[in-house]
Amino acid sequence: MAEHILLHHRDIPGLDQMDVYEKDGGWATYKRAVTEMTPQAVVDVVKAAGLRGRGGAGFPTGVKWGFLPKDVFPRYMVVNADESEPGTFKDREIMEGNPHLFLEGTAISTYAIQSNVAYIYIRGEYLSTARILQQAIDEAYAKGYLGKNLFGTQYSLDMYIHLGAGAYICGEETALLNSLEGLRGQPRLKPPFPAAVGLYSKPTIINNVETLANVRPIVERGAEWYKTLGTEKSPGVKIFCLSGNIKRPGNYELPLGTPIRYLIEELGGGTYDGTAVKAILPAGASAPMIPASAMDTRMDYEAMVTAGSTLGSASFIILGEHDSVPAAALKMVRFFKHESCGKCTPCREGTYWAQKVLERINDGTGVVPDVELVETIANQIAGKCFCPLGEFATSPMIYTIKHFRSEFEAQVQGSRPRRNWREAVPQRLEPTLAMREL
Amino acid sequence: MTTLTIDGQVFDVAPGTTVLEAALANRIDIPRLCYHPDLVPSGGCRLCLVEVEGRPNPQASCGLKCDEGLVVHTQSDRLTALRRDIIDLFVSDHPLRCAVCDKNGACDLQRYAYQYGISETAYDFELSRPLFQEDNPFFVRDHQYCILCNKCVRVCDEIVGANAIEVAGRGFTSHVATPFDGPMVDSACVFCGSCVQVCPTAALLPTSRLRKGREWELTRQRTICGYCGVGCGVEFATQGQQIIYAQGYRAAPVNGEFLCVKGRFGWDFAQHPDRLTQPLVRRDLLEPRPPTADGRPLATATTPTEETVTSDGQRSSVGGPPSAVRGRPSGPGVRRPSVVGRPSADFVPVSWEQALDIIATKLADTVKTHGSDAVAGLSSARCTNEENYLFQKLFRATIGTNNVDHCARLCHSSSVTGLGMAFGSGAMTNPIRDIRNADCILITGSNTAESHPVISYEVVRATKLGANLVIIDPRRVPLVDHATLFLQPKPGTDIYIFLAMAHVILREGWADTAFIAGRTEGFEAFEYSVREVTPQVAALMSGVPAELIEQAARMYALGQRADAPSADGRPQTADGSQTDNTDYALRNTQSIARGHSTILYAMGITQRSNGTELVLTLANLAMLSGQIGKPSTGVNPLRGQSNVQGACDMGALPNVLPGYQPVTDAAKRQAVAQAWDLADLPAQPGITVVEMMHAVLAGKVKAMYVMGENPMLSDPNLTHVEEALRALDFLVVQDIFMSETAQLAHVVLPAASYLEKDGTFTNTERRVQMVAPVLPAPGQSLPDWQIVGQVGEKLEAKLGHAAEKAAAWRYTSTTAIMDEIARVTPSYGGIHHHRLSGEGLTWPCPTDDHPGTPILHTAKFTRGLGKFHAVPVNLPAEQPDADFPLILTTGRILYHYHTGTMTRRSEGLNWRESRGYAEVHPYDAEQAGLRDGGPALVTSRRGQVRTQVRVTDRVPQGTIFLSFHWKEAPANVLTQDFKLDPLAKIPEYKVCAVRIESPKAAAQGKQAAGAVEA
Repeated sequence: MAEHILLHHRDIPGLDQMDVYEKDGGWATYKRAVTEMTPQAVVDVVKAAGLRGRGGAGFPTGVKWGFLPKDVFPRYMVVNADESEPGTFKDREIMEGNPHLFLEGTAISTYAIQSNVAYIYIRGEYLSTARILQQAIDEAYAKGYLGKNLFGTQYSLDMYIHLGAGAYICGEETALLNSLEGLRGQPRLKPPFPAAVGLYSKPTIINNVETLANVRPIVERGAEWYKTLGTEKSPGVKIFCLSGNIKRPGNYELPLGTPIRYLIEELGGGTYDGTAVKAILPAGASAPMIPASAMDTRMDYEAMVTAGSTLGSASFIILGEHDSVPAAALKMVRFFKHESCGKCTPCREGTYWAQKVLERINDGTGVVPDVELVETIANQIAGKCFCPLGEFATSPMIYTIKHFRSEFEAQVQGSRPRRNWREAVPQRLEPTLAMREL
Repeated sequence: MTTLTIDGQVFDVAPGTTVLEAALANRIDIPRLCYHPDLVPSGGCRLCLVEVEGRPNPQASCGLKCDEGLVVHTQSDRLTALRRDIIDLFVSDHPLRCAVCDKNGACDLQRYAYQYGISETAYDFELSRPLFQEDNPFFVRDHQYCILCNKCVRVCDEIVGANAIEVAGRGFTSHVATPFDGPMVDSACVFCGSCVQVCPTAALLPTSRLRKGREWELTRQRTICGYCGVGCGVEFATQGQQIIYAQGYRAAPVNGEFLCVKGRFGWDFAQHPDRLTQPLVRRDLLEPRPPTADGRPLATATTPTEETVTSDGQRSSVGGPPSAVRGRPSGPGVRRPSVVGRPSADFVPVSWEQALDIIATKLADTVKTHGSDAVAGLSSARCTNEENYLFQKLFRATIGTNNVDHCARLCHSSSVTGLGMAFGSGAMTNPIRDIRNADCILITGSNTAESHPVISYEVVRATKLGANLVIIDPRRVPLVDHATLFLQPKPGTDIYIFLAMAHVILREGWADTAFIAGRTEGFEAFEYSVREVTPQVAALMSGVPAELIEQAARMYALGQRADAPSADGRPQTADGSQTDNTDYALRNTQSIARGHSTILYAMGITQRSNGTELVLTLANLAMLSGQIGKPSTGVNPLRGQSNVQGACDMGALPNVLPGYQPVTDAAKRQAVAQAWDLADLPAQPGITVVEMMHAVLAGKVKAMYVMGENPMLSDPNLTHVEEALRALDFLVVQDIFMSETAQLAHVVLPAASYLEKDGTFTNTERRVQMVAPVLPAPGQSLPDWQIVGQVGEKLEAKLGHAAEKAAAWRYTSTTAIMDEIARVTPSYGGIHHHRLSGEGLTWPCPTDDHPGTPILHTAKFTRGLGKFHAVPVNLPAEQPDADFPLILTTGRILYHYHTGTMTRRSEGLNWRESRGYAEVHPYDAEQAGLRDGGPALVTSRRGQVRTQVRVTDRVPQGTIFLSFHWKEAPANVLTQDFKLDPLAKIPEYKVCAVRIESPKAAAQGKQAAGAVEA
């Protein structure tokens, strides 16, 4: 690819500086939108471009903006920068390397939804990123891109950064809103959806960082240009995060619809240890694992579903021939168990038991029925959870076993389970925080 | 209406109903663990999943709104499998020790495990959360049994508004916790036990319930709580003659399931060893002793140092040497009353026969020698309607005097007078349940969360639904946490705020002109009277910013909601700021629909030397804004005691007969007389509580009969009260404990408590409800109606009246008394016990087929037209000066009630708050050299009290607060009785001038003064 769109900072050094960014035509699109376009016109362009949400669900962004109830104000723009999916680091690079592109996109979008405030909810671990972003916001205020009565119009716009406190669940949009309001980070009952009743019970749009980074190019160059990239149903470019057993891990900006094989073999250079690719996790821990046989699948929202997985946040984690699938399953389940918010029963209890059983399988004290037990737990969780994260937690249980059952069975068949494993295996109960006998 | 199909049946439901609600309303059971009808759906337990046609995944029915044409299936193989999975996961982490579990038989999880056949779990790992917390005497927390349904957390937030608990930790390590897992008492917990009530398992249990029998072994009895005037329904679970626990029940018309700490946990006083169990007579009444030098035989009977020794040799739990420095600070003749809990050696137990004989003889002698008006009686706001009716009948019909009053004089007599003048009826105009639907609630002079906790739940619910809450109070009461506006005037200056609000409403054109024209009179004089009280004037006098007063006026007059959807803040036009537009829009208010605003007030308004005027001012505001006579509006005095409304209704007041029929109205009086088989009744209004004490010292009253009241703590200027009671020739006290007043009595009669008798209570919203016995009365104690009946019978004989008169006092049941009440009391005309089984009846209920009147003044006011009164500005009678620079205001605290006779004998309540304290502002504390928790002397012109300091900004600078529950530090030693409200005769408990100092500084001051003199 000749020129990066989202990762443009790789082409122009110092693009994170205001003057460089301005020289590259930065913030001009925003000024043009506020002074020359109606909010609806902006919405129409984004809708026409067919931009789909890059947070994972792939919902058309323009359509989402259209869900806002008319005549209810104030409205809020909330940016989901709580990038917590294992193996996902695309938003971080945008915010650190090309912060003004993101901020300009956010500003245009906030104008489009007729809001005066944008809250950027950024994960707490991204403290350094947040500092870079805050500096960029300060520069934008200094330059008069943010603040009161912008460009001589009546439009005002403020942006605030809010740091999360380290919870995966707060990437779920309603949990994010709760956290932003100072409540416990747990998802809310839907409906009502945030577009109708969101932050502080007001209409709210929540968009991912990468989604908003696409907005300036779309408004600048037009919907028709944007649709020349990617596929018909998944237009545009996408950043693919490549990690795991791979020679050249990192972010790759590609048009949607590029085959997986191109990403792994041409760009990634194959596995790090030189073995054949065994399995691919296309969206961190959340999406079903796919075997290497699916390497020729095109990376767009539809094709990935056909292949039995989802595109999600497009963070591809690669497993090589020697990598243990049961170990990977345990690692992912442990992640979900650690991040379960505790609101709904299946996720809270199920992930705990699944971790226990997978631990047993992995440390050689499992029994043959344990493999089925993991599937049973997954089925006990599946379809009953409050929010999608509980459902995601079943993927590493179901699909690892589905594609690599023999590895699990080998793990338990070779083991010699103790007669009384309860005594033999130290029960590592989570220390209950500050609990004490009174 | 929305139509949907559930399991093949078609239902029409109101829009907004959830599928679960629709199903439950139609007796279709859907399993559920985190659902509670009063809480916002959480959707966390995932048990209430149902299948909806056209949707691939099962949906949680608790959060699923009924859409038109929805087709729902609540039972299917798939759902059964799903539910089994969920229950299995619950059970995986829950000990199935049902056989030894106190919740056995009442546990929701057990029920579903049984229904879905889950007996064990597939996960044989060690169980988690092995934590049992017993850090308070009210309830225990056993986290092993917790299923994290979050109902406790939600009820604490959404209903109670205390926010004491929250889930801590994440995922599997989640547990319900106080802040930093500290003890419950350090949290914001108010120990109402609502969490215990809603807990589906044994994770939260009343401590009193542990190992005290299985659910099916307990007997249940529903009755009405005997504490404050809210009139909550309580269900007592008993075994044998012991109460195991108390809980709310859904069908209770006032409170639903929710209670406060006193109602749920404060019943153990009934079985306290201090209970009076037999009639007692003062020894020197049986064996007369020579009078002492000062000619008062009784004064020597008790001495200040008298120890509280019980028959078994133990000190009474509430006794002990008085820590208060009572009486005037110095000077001769200061007597200190003994502070004891049980009968002292001065009393001799006698038979009922003997006791009644003495009483009848003494009272008859007094009547014969000094006339009927030499006898006075205090009836009780804690006794039933039937008992109050008999008591006042005893005085009016048998003794022949109107000298009967009760403590309503001291709390809401100005409401009865003021609202009577304005509307024609002096009671809450609207039901308590209305409050939750109000758009704006104005609370003034009421610490609702502590004095009427269950009403505060309604307020909290309303605010959670988006209502505005405006609080006008000199103290930062707990409900301020939920308020939109808090106006904190200097004590006594609130009158300016009310007048200024009226001024603003008139100035801005927010008045309801149609209502004023059609329903009221006297408007012109009123309008003229407020023309100069601008918000700026009020701000100057009260210290409350004018802007806040204007906002309060707007919210109240227009009934604005806090969550009103606004079309303002549109970016292109108005920069997101709403205020300008809103102001502009509201000036043309006639087109805007007026919301519903309600006023709640209590003793901060009434216990003032201008109490009646303040009540009139509130009535003016309501009429001015048309906020009366409709649901969720009105002027609502919150009454303090279980049956204070009823005691007033029954005519236990010196100026009115039952049903507020003035004694001066000959026709009405004679009608009552006729019903009582008399020619006429005394026409001269009697004397009021405070006047009685003055009259005793003036020698006009010689004998008193006190039923269930404790003026020795509750009345103003206690030194004076004590002098008066000691000066009486004869004093009968009928009570459940040896109260401070009973200590001064000649005869003490043991009465049954509200847990031991039947009858009716009329709560603050005028609802007459049945009281049922839960326990047998201890020892020889009798229900008050039986005692009064026997006194009446004996007295008629001693007075030489006809035998039929005595026979008429032989009532067989409270039902018969109620029937008599219905005959003589027009507003109770249709109220009989057999009609009260369900939700009770709200008076006026004139006929047997009348459904009761929950909302007063709907079509017209009781007096015809509502009357505006032009109210002058009067300030409190006693203002701070150089010697007494601070303002003392008195009131109640959550854990105690009235003079503490009951609550201080309740183990838990006394544990939570066992000593009196003075709330002092940090600045004042520093000025006086006081430290938090240290001792302090509070002195007024009338006396001195030693108490503990609590430094807090709940009180404004310049004001200190004392509660009046404490015999060791009786606030009413300080309060004044020289200036009463001229109309209602209510004393000004809320404002008097005091000074506060540390005992050390006081001693040094005295020394220094002595040195100067020397």
